[in-house]
Amino acid sequence: MKHRISVLALTAMVGVFLLFGGTALAGDTIKLGVAGPHSGDLASYGIPTVHAAELVVKNINAKGGVLGKKVELLVEDDVCKPEVATNTATKLVGEGVNVVLGHICSGATKAALGIYKEAKIVVMSPSATNPALTQSGDYPNFFRTIASDDAQAKLEVDFALNTLKVKKIAVLHDKGDYGKGLAEYAKKFLEAAGPDKAEVVLFEGITPGAVDYSAIVQKIKRKGAEAVIFGGYHPEASKIVTQMRKKKMKTYFISDDGVKDDTFIKVAKKYAEGVYATGPKDVSKNPLAIKAREEHKKAYGSDPGAFYDNAYAAALALLNAIEKAGSTDYDAIVKALRTNLVDTPLGKIKFDKRGDAIGVGFAMYQVKDGKYVEVK
Amino acid sequence: MDYFLELFLGGLTRGSIYALIALGYTMVYGIIELINFAHGEIYMIGAFTALIVISVLTMLGWNQLAILAIATLAAIVWSSAYGFTAEKVAYKPLRNAPRLSPLISAIGVSLFLQNYVLLAQTSDFLPFPNLIPEFKFLEPLGGIVRSTEIVIYVVTAIVLVILTVLIKFTKLGKAMRATAQDRDMAMLVGVNVDRVISFTFIVGSATAALGGVLIASHIGQINFYIGFIAGIKAFVAAVLGGIGSMPGAVLGSLVLGWTESFFTGYISSDYEDVFAFLFLVLILIFRPSGILGRANTDKV
Amino acid sequence: MFTLKELKKSFLIALWFMFLTFPIMVIRVNTVEQTIDWRWNRLVMVGVFSFFVSWLWRYLLQRKEMGQKRAEESESPTLTFQQRVLQNPKFTRPALVVICIFAVIFPFYFSMYQVNIMTTALIYVILGLGLNIVVGLAGLLDLGYVAFYAVGAYSYALLNVHFGMGFWACLPIGAGLAMLFGIVLGFPVLRLRGDYLAIVTLGFGEIIRLILENWNAFSFGPSGIANIPRPGFFGIKMSIHQSLIYIYFIMVAMVIFTIFVVRRLQDSRIGRAWIALREDEVACQATGIDKTKTKLSAFALGATWAGMGGVVFAAKTTFINPASFTIWESIMILCIVVLGGMGSIVGVIFGAGILILLPEYLRAFSEYRMLMFAAALVLMMVFRPHGIISAVRRTYQFEGSPGEKASS
Repeated sequence: MKHRISVLALTAMVGVFLLFGGTALAGDTIKLGVAGPHSGDLASYGIPTVHAAELVVKNINAKGGVLGKKVELLVEDDVCKPEVATNTATKLVGEGVNVVLGHICSGATKAALGIYKEAKIVVMSPSATNPALTQSGDYPNFFRTIASDDAQAKLEVDFALNTLKVKKIAVLHDKGDYGKGLAEYAKKFLEAAGPDKAEVVLFEGITPGAVDYSAIVQKIKRKGAEAVIFGGYHPEASKIVTQMRKKKMKTYFISDDGVKDDTFIKVAKKYAEGVYATGPKDVSKNPLAIKAREEHKKAYGSDPGAFYDNAYAAALALLNAIEKAGSTDYDAIVKALRTNLVDTPLGKIKFDKRGDAIGVGFAMYQVKDGKYVEVK
Repeated sequence: MDYFLELFLGGLTRGSIYALIALGYTMVYGIIELINFAHGEIYMIGAFTALIVISVLTMLGWNQLAILAIATLAAIVWSSAYGFTAEKVAYKPLRNAPRLSPLISAIGVSLFLQNYVLLAQTSDFLPFPNLIPEFKFLEPLGGIVRSTEIVIYVVTAIVLVILTVLIKFTKLGKAMRATAQDRDMAMLVGVNVDRVISFTFIVGSATAALGGVLIASHIGQINFYIGFIAGIKAFVAAVLGGIGSMPGAVLGSLVLGWTESFFTGYISSDYEDVFAFLFLVLILIFRPSGILGRANTDKV
Repeated sequence: MFTLKELKKSFLIALWFMFLTFPIMVIRVNTVEQTIDWRWNRLVMVGVFSFFVSWLWRYLLQRKEMGQKRAEESESPTLTFQQRVLQNPKFTRPALVVICIFAVIFPFYFSMYQVNIMTTALIYVILGLGLNIVVGLAGLLDLGYVAFYAVGAYSYALLNVHFGMGFWACLPIGAGLAMLFGIVLGFPVLRLRGDYLAIVTLGFGEIIRLILENWNAFSFGPSGIANIPRPGFFGIKMSIHQSLIYIYFIMVAMVIFTIFVVRRLQDSRIGRAWIALREDEVACQATGIDKTKTKLSAFALGATWAGMGGVVFAAKTTFINPASFTIWESIMILCIVVLGGMGSIVGVIFGAGILILLPEYLRAFSEYRMLMFAAALVLMMVFRPHGIISAVRRTYQFEGSPGEKASS
């Protein structure tokens, strides 16, 4: 009796294996792959991109699709881990994906790009800001609808030195790929400005998820920093700012687009007041952006999250390029991306030779009365 | 001097929080020799339950202090319930299994609870309102330490006292000690071992829940993942102090908290965890059973 | 099982679960958006679900306990179905042939994605077998095994970046370095027992990862190292698909090699010393076994396999960063060993297969993937605490009258 159940279980397992193990589904559709973290602790950075893709595809399919074919969405989770990202990439390539929207994290993108490059598939990321991805020239199939980190860091440094006119700056990061990369650029630019214009009094990483940050905040105070430049995401930023303000420190806090998120204000509440953060140029007045936000609210019942506008723009750009190119051929799509302007929530954009989007840059924002306002 | 004091107090805050979680770890370990990986998640669930209750009651417009009290009570009740259930479902059937099986089961429970909260609630970081009142007489110390932190210290101390009294002077405490010493023998003298073990889990979870509410108020935000990191730290602290010993858990937690704080303050925040672990290794080399641990004699 | 008493019990349990999950399941709070969602239908779902599941659960537990009692009460050591099957050469020989054929034709009939996952699973088989030496055979609870994995991966990456060394050159070097680190870890933990050992090894794993993360000058920090070359085959240029198949076959060869070595080790003198160490440390010492050497060799040999796995991992993913080497990895590998059955080679292979392939095949359930995986872990432990295929203790039975050989 016992072993009959085991044999049954074994057969069932084999059956399931064969069922799910099958290869690509054929079909006359345009396949748009969406890859990013959809589960795990970074899910809140990946899910808005999925929503954006879903909405764009719905709209386009309602208008007849691309090149007369329906667009099919292939959503894969990479939990922002490079080795999972390579699995995701091979899966998408195996399923015959035509273009990919993703990945979200720079590390995962780096790992997956080699596979897409071999398979000649265009990849566009709404959030991978690592400069080397376009500047190294290693990935001609990579595009992005967000400016790279060195531009952000330069903006932050220039703002601190020239607008806020401070000299002693503490540079902090969250020891992550994105945050540390940004912080290192900031440090480089600060040091390049010369010792009489800028002084990096502190350059350290904080441990995300720690229970208390008073030690590092004390250190900032002790070193006499006039401003803090922080590379990282909003959870850590809000914890640090909160502790700083509770200790009645008036130090300026300048951060990056990982912090320029409404969630930051909602979490840090009154302590968020006065915080500076760089972010993509303000698109809230752009009619397409407003429409995209409305769509999201209607479909999912909440405000869109991180990188939503960028992802929306990327999806539009990719599908538009296929339409303009007249085929899903790699070279045709690349050419279309570089030559055609496409109307997106980020404005009218097209892409340069390296893959960066022209017309997409960063601006400095400050929290005033509970909202991020662009600083002119 | 100010700087040193600040770092000292910062370390005390960290240590107190670790202590509240480490106590639960050490109690469970003392009784069934299981590293309850899911303990950190119990702490996280306490924080989430409190947040849910706070949100509902705030909407109904109740008084702040009342909300805090009810939320804390709710956190304790539900965390204990989760701890109790986890024990009955995932650990009890494995009482006589090889040592590592309940450990893997605990890992499964930990992962399950994390994803359960993730799916049932959200992956976002949720702001947690600090309802701990600002005591007027503590105002002048405001620059160095705030009411919330003082409350944390005081609560930890009170909990330690209560638990020590419980273990040393009550009948249930005696039963717990007996079960920890020799389970079969305890059964022979009439101790209802199942009940004692359940009770231990309940008390441990309650302490963790309390820690959850306090730290959420202090930090101001919670997320489904906070249990894992805090759990590992608390586990290190418990081992450092001698696992199975309650004053050891508190001592280990405080030592860990101060080590991290001072290292960050005087050297670098980059390697604070590295230093904490190296410190642990060093202590264990010279005292293989932890600072206050009883040296385990092996009988052949 | 269908009595009123049982129904009542299940009903009460259902009520308990409804109470238990009430706040978190029913009241969805979002303090960022300031919304509160009341989802009463979930309460009903939980009630119904737990009613049936608790019933099924108790039924299965009862069966398991009866099975255990039968095993305890019988006189000769009974083997489970799986163990009997595996010991029967009439089954194992043809099964082995089938597996070999399958392994060889696999990459040519399945997609690149499947090959990729299978290769990952094979890497974890090697990791599992390596950890099996430390935990399964020697009984030393190691929670920081991933450190050696990282050492292997980073040694290949760094040697390649700085000196341009290729895969085949780095494979033995990576393994050797990992062995060295294994010995380095072994020294401070010689005097530690059980859970103290666990915590120190966990600390060691974290220390290695944190150093890799923070010491940018040495390890390129969190951005990791990219463009690590795949293994070469006499300088022939291969497409990605071909490279992956090549790596797959390298892994198959390595797995066969590992199984062979581990088998030999198990039956050797050092293997028996490890098992003695696991069973009873004091008695082991009393019989004259050098505890220090035994422990150190366990760590060192276990680490070597992790190092090798790390090198292949770096070559396969072509990009590594410290985030791939966290505590969770160590925990996963430990799960593979325990789930599969400590000390049993076939068990570890099964364990690796399930733990790696299951989440991939559960992708269809995307959101609930990890939840189901966690539940599966608990279920497998509760119903099979000795692992799926636990190791068979070598027994020798003396047949009685002289002149008859002892059967084993």
